[in-house]
Amino acid sequence: MTTAAPQYKKKDFVSDQEVRWCPGCGDYAILNGVQQVFAELGVPKENLVVVSGIGCSSRFPYYVDTFGFHTIHGRAPAVATGVKLANPELDVWVVTGDGDALSIGGNHLIHAARRNVDMVVLLFNNRIYGLTKGQYSPTTPPGKVTPSSPFGSVDAPFHPLTLALGAGAGFVARTVDTQIKHLREVVRAAHDHPGFALVEILQNCVIFNDGAFADYTGKEIRDDRQVDLRPGQPLVFGKEHDKGLRFTPHSIEVVAADEADVWDPADPNATKAFRLALCDEPHELPLPIGVFRAVERPCLAREVHEQARRVTEQLGAGTLQSLLDSGDRWEVA
Amino acid sequence: MTKPQNDPTPVQEVDEVVIRFAGDSGDGMQLTGKQFTDTTALFGNDLATYPDYPAEIRAPAGTLFGVSGFQVRLSNRDIHTPGDRPDVLVAMNPAALKTNLADLKEGGLLIVNTGNFTPRELEKAKYDSNPLEDPELAEHYQVVPVDLNDITLRAVEGLGLSNKEALRSKNMVALGMLYHAYGRPLDHTEEWLRGKFAKKPKVLEANLRALRAGWDVAANQELFKVHYRVAPAKLPPGTYRNLMGNQALAMGLVAARHLSGLELLYASYPITPASDVLHNLARYKNHGVLTFQAEDEIAAVTAALGASYAGRLGVTGTSGPGLALKTEALGLAVMVELPLLVVDVQRAGPSTGMPTKTEQSDLLFAVFGRNAEAPLPVVAAASPSDCFHAAIEAARIAVTYMTPVLLLSDAYLGNGAEPFRVPEAAELPTFPVRHAQPSGDFQPYLRDPETLARPWAVPGTPGLEHRIGGLEKEDGSGNVSYDPVNHEKMVALRESKVRGIARSYRPLEVEGDPDADTVVLGWGSTWGAIKGALKRAEDGGPKLAHVHLRNVWPLPDDLGEVLGRFRNVLVPELNHGHLARLVRSELLIDARPITKVQGRPFGAEELLDRIRTELAAS
Repeated sequence: MTTAAPQYKKKDFVSDQEVRWCPGCGDYAILNGVQQVFAELGVPKENLVVVSGIGCSSRFPYYVDTFGFHTIHGRAPAVATGVKLANPELDVWVVTGDGDALSIGGNHLIHAARRNVDMVVLLFNNRIYGLTKGQYSPTTPPGKVTPSSPFGSVDAPFHPLTLALGAGAGFVARTVDTQIKHLREVVRAAHDHPGFALVEILQNCVIFNDGAFADYTGKEIRDDRQVDLRPGQPLVFGKEHDKGLRFTPHSIEVVAADEADVWDPADPNATKAFRLALCDEPHELPLPIGVFRAVERPCLAREVHEQARRVTEQLGAGTLQSLLDSGDRWEVA
Repeated sequence: MTKPQNDPTPVQEVDEVVIRFAGDSGDGMQLTGKQFTDTTALFGNDLATYPDYPAEIRAPAGTLFGVSGFQVRLSNRDIHTPGDRPDVLVAMNPAALKTNLADLKEGGLLIVNTGNFTPRELEKAKYDSNPLEDPELAEHYQVVPVDLNDITLRAVEGLGLSNKEALRSKNMVALGMLYHAYGRPLDHTEEWLRGKFAKKPKVLEANLRALRAGWDVAANQELFKVHYRVAPAKLPPGTYRNLMGNQALAMGLVAARHLSGLELLYASYPITPASDVLHNLARYKNHGVLTFQAEDEIAAVTAALGASYAGRLGVTGTSGPGLALKTEALGLAVMVELPLLVVDVQRAGPSTGMPTKTEQSDLLFAVFGRNAEAPLPVVAAASPSDCFHAAIEAARIAVTYMTPVLLLSDAYLGNGAEPFRVPEAAELPTFPVRHAQPSGDFQPYLRDPETLARPWAVPGTPGLEHRIGGLEKEDGSGNVSYDPVNHEKMVALRESKVRGIARSYRPLEVEGDPDADTVVLGWGSTWGAIKGALKRAEDGGPKLAHVHLRNVWPLPDDLGEVLGRFRNVLVPELNHGHLARLVRSELLIDARPITKVQGRPFGAEELLDRIRTELAAS
């Protein structure tokens, strides 16, 4: 028996809760884009589970009409791992921010990536703590003046994508809140990848870190300042599509478009992906967005259930009676 | 193999005997003790064990702090503690002798491995002279000096093992000797060795030879003046198996999975002394049980909660320091009102404390240890085998009331073993769970009028899409609410739900002397010592009654009335008076604590002494 995929519209994923982000927040665009992707997936909405931690981005589940679980700070990947282990049929999403995922929850993020738990992690990176009013985050560039760093932050930041790559994430991508078409494509690709998929979404915080990504994302400059990593396509950028990137033994150089390397995110060797992921701070090279890595490997929940199935086949399905009848026993009359 | 017909050694019937094996932490004392215990169990004795070992896996050889001990008490009667003082001490080296001799009963049997009483070993044990040469030793104890090292080396001669490898089997020589002394067959241990060393034929042969050599030496050299015989115990009729508390707890969780019809996910991070629960459950994958070794304690509890959210019975297990890390997630579980079972196998603290030693000092933490008003029920196991039933009770409460539940065990229960009467399936309570079904106007926080539990609406159920989280909920709809009056109402509702659990308890049972004017109120692992103290008090008084709490929080509704019948309420606890404090503050009853925090359980005699002292002071 086959069931036709359910037909949804974006509005089917709009919940009855009033959205409470600041006017102009990048989160609105992301919410809108993700709701559109949800409508296109063909996944029954009751199978969609959105898990979040704490922070502005983590209010996300309240605003989408699916199953949603707003948990505690940093722990969303661990809760989501439990959900996926309990029922591998569910389509599990984690919504998190730079503080939630990379600071308080760093451990859970890297272990979900290592275990390849089949879930999509949408990491809203605004390089600031928003909900606690503007302290520097683990992705804030050094020197930033914030309430907790009045003389400038002296902390070195993480590159979120090298962290994910280093932890073994099979799918790693980046997109931008305001580039809605790109965002939808990347989020969809992340969903369709079997296994752990992390998408860093550069998200502008209008209140505490406005313009954090302006050097890359401004409408006028972005064609020259971004390069979109498309599987099987040359690494071409520029308003006129005239420039390209080529890997040298020790670096990446800008060349004419027709000399650009072709991008392969499925390359078993992650070295090139690492090098591109490091280009996320002021740099003469354009900022790479799109799919850095898409490599398949065994997924945790499937392996766990497959092992249980094999053991059950071997030993027979346990019952209460077989449990009580087990072990070395003796009778007392 | 039983006593040979021509063996002239007289047989002496005894009601019970307490044996302690003591040696280096690398000498295999735990394993030796367990083998003796298993064989004893299959023989039909009642028994109780007390493993006492250092936290270091292989502490420097020969040191006083590296001594590992295993005490087993076997009896022809129903017993409840591993015994206060051993009748038999097996000391594998000078350090073991030094740290354990004071406990041995006057006139007790002392088997010493003379092979290790070298000047160097004596020095490590801080002996100025060889204690075996002290004539006083033989005046107080029946000393049986044997060179286990020499016997072992001779027994395994020709196998091509190095001396170091060969000497690893010396614990089997000791075991074989004791099997001879107590007329126990070797076959159970032989079979176990064949399984354990199936892939190492030389090691297997060495162990088998050593075991038999121990038996033969005891028989041929007539090491023991008498053979002891402890007849099988007259336990209540039924089928028994020997279980350690952590094993019983794991089995109880598997039983709860069947009794509820829910599949189970156990998520845990390794921690002493709770890891054995994980190890045991990992073997039940054919029972609809999954285990997940998480990256840390917080991931363990949150993954378990995620599994509960998705419709399974989510369980996590830990010990005190791990429980501390889990508390924020427990607050979330209280808020989202999902079932969650948290096992705390308590150990001596604070902080890392004494990881392998027992204590009951997490009780107040279990009851109150969360930010804000976050009530949850606490269940405690009373004996190793009771861990099975306590786990079922904790699971029943969790799924019936949609609440996190703390199940308290401790190192003494978790590692201790005793015969477990295997129940008939029909004796166990069933609590089938029905997840919420699709309905027109689903409200995630609409409560059952009887239990105040909210519906368990599981992802994957069409039409029940809803959002939950740690923010305060509006009553009924579950929507986020900052309404001040609603918050107060929700705090009260969560409190009433947990208080209401007490209505599902069985009435308290009062055991002991019906004329007593003193009641001993206990919870958890003090059960055996209290039973033992009451038994001893039958000769010479005082008249004592005993009430033991399975459900520690909320306190039973009838507790005030029951305690009110007595003039004195004494509360023995392995902490600084937690339950006594709860009883005083909740019931305004003058409960007096009898405390001990030495990382060791109460002995029955010790407890009776303390009770007498306490009563004399009043």
